[in-house]
Amino acid sequence: MGKLRLLKIALAATTLAATMAAAHAGNLKIESWRNDDADIWNSKIIPAFNKSHPDIKVEFAPTAPKEYNAALNARLAGGTAGDLITCRPFDASLELFNKGNLTALNDLKGMANFSDVAKSAWTTDDGKTTFCLPMASVIHGFMYNKDALKKVGASEPKTMEEFYALLEKLKKDGTYVPLVLGTADQWESATMGFQNIGPNYWKGEEGRNALIKGTQKLTDAPYVATFKELAKWGPYLGSGYQAQTYPDSQNLFSLGKAAIYAAGSWDISTFRTQGNIPLGAFKAPPPAGQSDCYISDHTDIGIGLNAASKNAADARVFLDWMATSEFAEIFANSLPGFFPLSNARITVKDDVAATFLSWRGECKSTIRNSYQILSRGTPNLENELWNVSAQVINGKMSPEDATKQLQAGLAKWYKPQQ
Amino acid sequence: MIKNNARRLFLLIFFLGPAVLIYTIFSVYPLIATMSLSTFTADGSGVRHFVGLDNYLVLILDKDWREPFWNAFLNNILFFIIHMLVQNPIGIAIAGLLSLPNLKFRATYRTLIFTPTMLSVVIIGFSWNLILSPLWGISEGFLKFFGLGILFKPWLGLEGSALITIGLISVWQFVGIPLMLIYAALLNVPSELVDAARIDGLSHLRIFFSVKLPLIAPTIGLVSILTFVGNFNAFDLVYSIKGALAGPNFSTDLLGTFFYRTFFGNQLQLGSPTMGATIATSMFLIILIGVCIYLYGIQRRLERHSF
Repeated sequence: MGKLRLLKIALAATTLAATMAAAHAGNLKIESWRNDDADIWNSKIIPAFNKSHPDIKVEFAPTAPKEYNAALNARLAGGTAGDLITCRPFDASLELFNKGNLTALNDLKGMANFSDVAKSAWTTDDGKTTFCLPMASVIHGFMYNKDALKKVGASEPKTMEEFYALLEKLKKDGTYVPLVLGTADQWESATMGFQNIGPNYWKGEEGRNALIKGTQKLTDAPYVATFKELAKWGPYLGSGYQAQTYPDSQNLFSLGKAAIYAAGSWDISTFRTQGNIPLGAFKAPPPAGQSDCYISDHTDIGIGLNAASKNAADARVFLDWMATSEFAEIFANSLPGFFPLSNARITVKDDVAATFLSWRGECKSTIRNSYQILSRGTPNLENELWNVSAQVINGKMSPEDATKQLQAGLAKWYKPQQ
Repeated sequence: MIKNNARRLFLLIFFLGPAVLIYTIFSVYPLIATMSLSTFTADGSGVRHFVGLDNYLVLILDKDWREPFWNAFLNNILFFIIHMLVQNPIGIAIAGLLSLPNLKFRATYRTLIFTPTMLSVVIIGFSWNLILSPLWGISEGFLKFFGLGILFKPWLGLEGSALITIGLISVWQFVGIPLMLIYAALLNVPSELVDAARIDGLSHLRIFFSVKLPLIAPTIGLVSILTFVGNFNAFDLVYSIKGALAGPNFSTDLLGTFFYRTFFGNQLQLGSPTMGATIATSMFLIILIGVCIYLYGIQRRLERHSF
C-alpha cells in the first residue's frame, strides 16, 4: 500500500514538473487556412525556428480554406483561438482588428522590413496602424505545358493577339485542351480570368485607385475590354467547362491533357508535387501596341497576434523571426509560388516561381481591384465579380451588361461612385 | 387530496421535466435568441443597436436583399416540388413493391436503397460531381453506350439544369426515408382486408391503389410535411457541390445557402449575424406557415381508419 502511494506521488510530481516545463517553454498555436502547407510548416519552417529558439514550441493548426473565416470567428468569440492568426487581406482582418481580436503591431521591430504597399492590406484606412505582419503575395499569369507548345511549334505569346493565335493553333491540333479554366466555382473566372488579364487594361494601380476615388467607373472602356476578352475564351476551354470545378482544372492540367492554364502562382507547388509535366509560364499578355505591362501581385497572406493570447511575448519573438530573411528564404523555396513581401533579397530556386518573380522587375505590380474598400457594401463587389465573370465566360451575359451590373451595385452604396 | 396533488406534480416533473429542459436549452432558447438578434444591427466596431423590425423591412423592401431572398425562396419551392413529384412517388412505389408477398431478397433491397441516406453529404456531393463530370464522369460514356451521347450536358454547370440536377441527387439520397415510413405503414394494413380484396378478384395493382393507399394516406401526409421541412432547411448538398455562392447566377441558391452567406460571409463579404438571424427567422416563419397550412388544411380532413 505504502509503496503504491509513493509511486503515485512520484508520478504526480513528474507529471506536474513536465506540465510546468511545457507551460514555461511557451506553446504557440497558429491558425491558418493553408492546410495544404501543414507539412512544410511542420517539417521545415518550425524546425528552422526552433534551431534558434529551442524553448518555444509552435503548433501549426490549419482549418479548411472554405471554413476558415467562420471557424476562426467562432473560436475567437469562444476564446479558444490560437496565439497567431493567419490574416486574410483587407476587410476580414480589419474587422477582427476593429473588434479587438488582433493586436496593433506597429512596435514590432521586424515591421521595418516591409514596404508600405506590402503592409497596405493589413493597415487601417488612415494608414496609421498595421495589425498583421505581411507574409506572402501571389502573382497571376499563365502556366503552360512546354510539350504542347512544342507540338504546335509556337513560342510564348507576347500580346493578346498572339495569345489567341496560339489558342487557335492548339485547337486545330486537337491534342491538348487549349486553355484550362472552369466556371463552376465562379471565383476561378473572376480571379484567374478577370483579375489576371485586367490590370493591363486598367493600368494597374492607376485604374484601381481611380475606382476607389470615383474618377473611373466600372462601365469605362478598360473594364468592358477585359470582359470582351473573357467572352472570347469559351471555345478554347475544355468540354463542359461550365461544370468544371477548380480541382478539375488542376487535374486536367497536371495530367498533361491541357496546354495553357490560367494560373495563380500558388498552383506551382501543386503541379510540382502532382504529375511532372514540363512547366513554363508567361505573364498576362498586354494588348498589341501597349508597351507597359501590369501584373496582379496580390498581397494574400499576413499573420497577426491574437489580442487574447496568453503567450504574447513568445508570439512576438516568432513574428520578429518571420520578418527575417531566413524565414523569407525558407518560405519562398518550400512553397514556390508564394512570394515573401519583405524587402530581403532572396533567391528562388524553382525556375517557374523565379519566372513569376522576375515579372516584378519587368512590369508594374498591382493588387486585385475589388479587395480594398470596394467590397464593403451590399451587394458585395467581389461576389458580383465572381457571378458576372462566370456568366460572361459561359456566354450568358454580354460584357456591357456585366459592367453595368457591377457599376450599379457599387454605386448603390459607395459614395465616390454616386 | 393534497397528497394526491403532490404526487401528480412529482410525476409531471419527473416525466416532462427532462424533455422540457432539453427542448428549452437546445431548441426554444436558440430560437428566441435568434429572433431577438434579428432586431439588432451592428456598427463598425461590432456594437449592436436595437432597431426593431428594420432588418425585416430591409429584407423585404431593399432590392439587393429582396431579389436574392425571393430568388432563393422560389428555388426552394422548385426544390420541394422536385421532391414531391419524384422522391415521394418513387418511395411509395418501392415500398409497395417491397411489401409484396413472396418477394426474395427483401432485406437486401431495403438496405441498398436506404444506404445513401446514411452517407455523408460530402461524399454524396463529391461522388455525383465525379459521376456527372464532363471531364472524367461516367455519365457521358454511359449515354454514348446507348447512342444517346448527344443528350449529355454539363448539367451541374448550366443555369437551367443545375438546381434540378441537385434536386434529383437529393432525391437519390433521401428516398430511403419515405420508403421506410410508408413500408412500415403498409405492413400495418390488416391482411384480412387484402385477403378480402383478393377473394373479390382484385389484381395486386388494384389492391395497392384502392385498398392500401387510402389506408396509408396519413403516413403520406406525414412524409410530405417532413419533406417540406427538410427541403426548406436544405443547405449542405448545394454547399458541398456549388459552394456558398450557389452558382451559376444564383440558380441553385436556397434559403439555407443565402442564410449561410449572409451570416458567415463569403470571401470578401463580411458575415452579418443580425441580418443572418433575420433570414433564419424568416425561414422559420415560412416553415411554420407551411406546417400550419398542412395541419389545419389537410391533416384534419384525413380520415383515420380503425381496424
